[in-house]
Amino acid sequence: MYSTPSTAPIAAAGPMQRRVDPYADNGGTAVAIAGEDYAIIAADTRQSDGYLINSRYAPKAFQLSDSSVVACCGFYGDATALASHLSQRMEQYQYAHDKPMSTPALAQMLSNTLYGKRFFPYYVHNILAGVDADGKGCIFNYDPVGSFERYRWQAAGSGVALIQPFLDNQVGFKNMAQEANPPFLPLEKALQLVKDAFTSATERDIYTGDQVEIFVITKNGVEKLSYDLKKD
Amino acid sequence: MATTSIDSFPATARPGGFSFELHTRNQVLSSRGAAVPRATKTGTTIVGVVYKHGVVLGADTRATEGPIVADKNCEKIHYIAPNMYCCGAGTAADTEFTTNLISSQLELHRLATGRQARVVTAMTLLKQMLFKYQGQVGAALILGGCDVEGPQLFSIHPHGSTDKLPYVTMGSGSLAAMSIMEAKWTPDMERQDAIDLVDNAIRAGIFNDLGSGSNVDVTVITPEGVDVLRNYATPNERGVREGVYDYARGTTKVLTESIRSLVEVVDGDAMEVE
Repeated sequence: MYSTPSTAPIAAAGPMQRRVDPYADNGGTAVAIAGEDYAIIAADTRQSDGYLINSRYAPKAFQLSDSSVVACCGFYGDATALASHLSQRMEQYQYAHDKPMSTPALAQMLSNTLYGKRFFPYYVHNILAGVDADGKGCIFNYDPVGSFERYRWQAAGSGVALIQPFLDNQVGFKNMAQEANPPFLPLEKALQLVKDAFTSATERDIYTGDQVEIFVITKNGVEKLSYDLKKD
Repeated sequence: MATTSIDSFPATARPGGFSFELHTRNQVLSSRGAAVPRATKTGTTIVGVVYKHGVVLGADTRATEGPIVADKNCEKIHYIAPNMYCCGAGTAADTEFTTNLISSQLELHRLATGRQARVVTAMTLLKQMLFKYQGQVGAALILGGCDVEGPQLFSIHPHGSTDKLPYVTMGSGSLAAMSIMEAKWTPDMERQDAIDLVDNAIRAGIFNDLGSGSNVDVTVITPEGVDVLRNYATPNERGVREGVYDYARGTTKVLTESIRSLVEVVDGDAMEVE
């Protein structure tokens, strides 16, 4: 039970290496659902560090134009830097092409931007939502280095494991005796699912709570809704 | 020379404390990538306050497993004796078993002595056990009670140190709670003032510490008796669910059906019974 004393010589103090961890996990959750003629994207506003709350209102979903909203979950410093960078690039696109950037074009640019920092990544899990050229809702899900795919529903962030299976069942009708290609949900039903997803995630995930901002994107523009969540 | 394993020792000669026989095996497993199982911690805000006529203990009710809430309404104020209760923070299993063990030992002690147990006795039993395990038993406790010496409040740390104080806080929310204590505690408070102070201190932990949450439990101990105010405050009722998520019959597809008879039914005359 007792170890024998070490007989190894004590090393003389030599060159030392100091390291700073450039990342932090600020928590939070985002959810997006695409419909026939709309896209909904929602993110909670709690920003935390370990057991501390840094802010009860630090929005994670950024409206980049009249047709696109991006939600960035993970390291808040990289989230704001990325949103700001995208916003600047979209303005340059507008001047160069004399038209606003469409959501699918922005989707590709976001992927390229993320891969541009492949060896010092943006520590964020992104979801981009908007309407495509046909007016159909579209959402794109990203990993931190730019791999992306178009989906009809997706969750991200600290509550992803709690919400994604719920969405798979209620939006995609998975694991139920239903038809293979599920119909698009009406807007009211999708909104109700998103709200319930957040109240439920707030119960069981300590990093999700305070307030949720829900963006509804249609061909007519972007509408923002806010709801309170539990603050404990 | 024959090797003797620890189990072959007679019970009286067996050394106490933990057996470290699995240490080598655990190291080999983790070096091969097996995940070490994590114990449930309570996160927690617990407080205790001495007032004019007794002691008030308070606790939140959230139990966490990492970032997930494992229990939204667990009980962190444990019974020790008719005149003593103990709040527990740290590893949930450790606080539960430690308080049960000492409560049991105290009851035997009470029967042997024929007297009401003293708070210092419980404190001594707890600290000696925790020190023996060198901090491996992750129990941070706030012990409060009333005995012949009057109302007393102790904080006990996992390594076995104790402090006798008029107000204490422990757990991940202890800083939030202590800020309330330092602002508002005064000596010789009245009962309701003490309860309000404890309630506010726990709420500070519930709302400002992510490891604490849900409801406020309060226990008031006086020489006359104990008031267990379970869920004294419930400031975190669940948000109303908007949708109805019942499943219709037939939602889960039946792929195969197999019915076996356990008995064979045969028509015949009734059995003769003696």
